[in-house]
Amino acid sequence: MRQDHLVAAGQLSRADVERVLDRAAEFDAALATGDPLPARYPETVLALCFYEPSTRTKMSFETAMKRLGGDVVDMGGVDASSVKKGESLADTVRVIQGYADGIVLRHPREGAARMASEFVDVPVVNAGDGAGQHPSQTLLDLYTIREAAGLDDLTIGIVGDLKYGRTVHSLATALTEFDAHMHFVSPESLRLPRSVRFDLHEAGAQVREHTELDEVLPELDVLYVTRIQRERFPDEDEYEKVAGQFQIDAETLAAAGDDLTVMHPLPRVDEIDPEIDDTDDANYFEQAHNGVPVRMALLDLLLSNHE
Amino acid sequence: MSDHELRVSKIRNGTVLDHITGGSALHVLALLGIDGSEGTGVSVAMNVPSDRLGTKDVVKVEERELSQAEVDVLSLIAPRATVNIVQEYEVVEKKRVERPGSVAGVLACPNSSCITNADEPVTTRFDVLDDGLRCRYCEEIIREGIADHLAVS
Repeated sequence: MRQDHLVAAGQLSRADVERVLDRAAEFDAALATGDPLPARYPETVLALCFYEPSTRTKMSFETAMKRLGGDVVDMGGVDASSVKKGESLADTVRVIQGYADGIVLRHPREGAARMASEFVDVPVVNAGDGAGQHPSQTLLDLYTIREAAGLDDLTIGIVGDLKYGRTVHSLATALTEFDAHMHFVSPESLRLPRSVRFDLHEAGAQVREHTELDEVLPELDVLYVTRIQRERFPDEDEYEKVAGQFQIDAETLAAAGDDLTVMHPLPRVDEIDPEIDDTDDANYFEQAHNGVPVRMALLDLLLSNHE
Repeated sequence: MSDHELRVSKIRNGTVLDHITGGSALHVLALLGIDGSEGTGVSVAMNVPSDRLGTKDVVKVEERELSQAEVDVLSLIAPRATVNIVQEYEVVEKKRVERPGSVAGVLACPNSSCITNADEPVTTRFDVLDDGLRCRYCEEIIREGIADHLAVS
């Protein structure tokens, strides 16, 4: 990976992705031994700038940096920072680059990470920009898929909030590099946005759209479920019309193939019945755990580019 | 003297924009940031007959020669426009309108959640596609009503 920043999945070639995943596998194996890892970045400080709530992304980046021997500084919540005083994002990141060697940014506005990357000389990772992109999640999703089902000749169904789901936008874009067969299942009002459909079309991707999961479930190797995000809807009534429309339980999965892998970027609300958690199909907790080795690999590559 | 010449007389020095899509002249002026406050002459004819377009608009801007970059931006809303640079009543240069690869600072992103619509020191940038424009920040695509998104007024 030659980029200085990771702001969108479209930046990543197949070779870039494979390089990150291969490195992640090395870290995964090293972590599994339980032995201390060599401190590759003992003097390195990573800034965590989260303008929106986060559990997995923030904590896994923090863990990843610390496992690499570095440390983190956390801007804290928006209420506790100068953002509350009206400071622009551009000013904030210019200040923070004086404190840290890299910036992980989550922001409610689309394009925030790309703009931030134009104002600083340290690497910027987009950890979610509104309903835009979440490319580091995509890398751990691809790692999980590769481990569970393989990335060659993959048939994947992506279900739920495809309009506002940033993990979906990034994953779909990245999967074009692997010639995956993609089925998108959503209510009509939550179809993929025009920009993502444009990218898939330009890439010649094999794509079908559905409104019912049972049309496609038996064909799938991977079922990627997403939460319908109440916080992204401009209108509560529109949310209520589609809330709870796709709920996956044991009865749903009875129609699936034997080797289905069920994934979810989490948090879930009611999209996946907890009765599935202990089945062989469920991979979403493993997926979340993969956030650490994959983000170690991503940081390693970005920081080594920057040295 | 023909009707056409009566409507818009010759200018001594400046730029003549002809074959503008009928009804788009005011958008063209907005795009070029011309609002009359410059104090120089601006003539506008709208929806005049045209053999080629049916109807067309014509704009004559005195004492200002448009650059190629300005001409190319016009292609977004007036793709068939012709541009003549005039000196001492004579056409000294004809510029072709060509679609630029990208445009900066002339359009506002229609996505209200785009970072360019926040209070940030950032200039809007759009990549020009075959059939639309794409925000370089939020990746939103505009296909229809491009003139509605002009960032200048």
